[in-house]
Amino acid sequence: MIFLKLFLVFSKIGIFNFGGGYAMLSLIHNEVVVKNSWLTNSEFADIVAISQSTPGPIGINSATYVGYTAVMNEGYPQWAAVLGAVLASLSVIWLPFILMLTISRFLLKHGKSKPVNDVFSVLRPAIVGLIAAAALLLMSKENFSSPQESWFQFIVSILLFCFAFVGTRLYKIHPILMILLCGIAGLIIY
Amino acid sequence: MLLELFTTFSKVGAFTLGGGYAMVPILEKEVVDKHGWIDREEFLNILAVAQATPGLFAMNMASHIGHKLCGVKGGIVSALGVAGPSIIAILLIAMFFQTFKDNIYVEKFFRGVRPAVVALIAAPCFSMAKSAHITLYNMWIPIVACLLIAAFGVSPIWIILLAGVGGYVYGRFFEDKVKSRKGGVR
Repeated sequence: MIFLKLFLVFSKIGIFNFGGGYAMLSLIHNEVVVKNSWLTNSEFADIVAISQSTPGPIGINSATYVGYTAVMNEGYPQWAAVLGAVLASLSVIWLPFILMLTISRFLLKHGKSKPVNDVFSVLRPAIVGLIAAAALLLMSKENFSSPQESWFQFIVSILLFCFAFVGTRLYKIHPILMILLCGIAGLIIY
Repeated sequence: MLLELFTTFSKVGAFTLGGGYAMVPILEKEVVDKHGWIDREEFLNILAVAQATPGLFAMNMASHIGHKLCGVKGGIVSALGVAGPSIIAILLIAMFFQTFKDNIYVEKFFRGVRPAVVALIAAPCFSMAKSAHITLYNMWIPIVACLLIAAFGVSPIWIILLAGVGGYVYGRFFEDKVKSRKGGVR
């Protein structure tokens, strides 16, 4: 039944994804980590890192990865996991694809009309909130460690977080370079 | 023509690291400058539509352009072209990662990466605030949305539905009354 569930969950993620990659993370996190526990918080962060450093849209990347891992974790053989990966990826695409073909003509004509503008005047700010929520939820013990577990790793994590935040915000360091730098820092420090 | 669509879009898919908006300039170069399939103005129109439609941004662009050129078949071929390389790449990584993630060096590497990823997600919130037209008056929207999800476990789907309906209702029935106060926000 994992296959049917993957299909339903990722179809849902596909159709409710407004505002691109990062906005989608909050949806994926909610479905995959919170509701279905297919992945832990740290596995989720790993996937984001991997998606950022591989080609293609982040939504497809995470769908492929989650599809594979979720089926593997259920104890199926590898070929089934590959199938799950492909299924999850296509599930993300198909509904928006149909929608795009049917309403794109309408939107091309009325995209600047008032109702469409009204909807997006609230939707856009809300999506920023969605992304912030994803970031907040990922600030977890699994990703940062905790003072109880290891003071050392906790402080290093916070420093790395600040470094990455300032680096991307102020110095516009490319995400992939950032991931590499922090990974190497991890290798050296730990 | 279908084959050409497929190869062009899989090239775009394979060479856009980071996804989404990173692919816009590459797509523009291929579709507008190199192949001349559509002109620049139409490209910008499609861009706006792809942003307003749910789904993956890059995928929407591809399926729309493909559809325009070759009908439904063209749309499907283009969408699969964009998705193909990334599905294959991630599959290989997933297989590899499953076996190697307990390796001590891989574990150390990702222990450093995880906090950085959270920062990578947090950072665009601030840059997006501008393009989302967030002002002092509507700042409560992202804050409430964020709180509902992070603190109360509300599904983002409800937030999206609520925000869309709310925006429509507000614009349709209430905006005139507060227009003077809102000034030239948009």
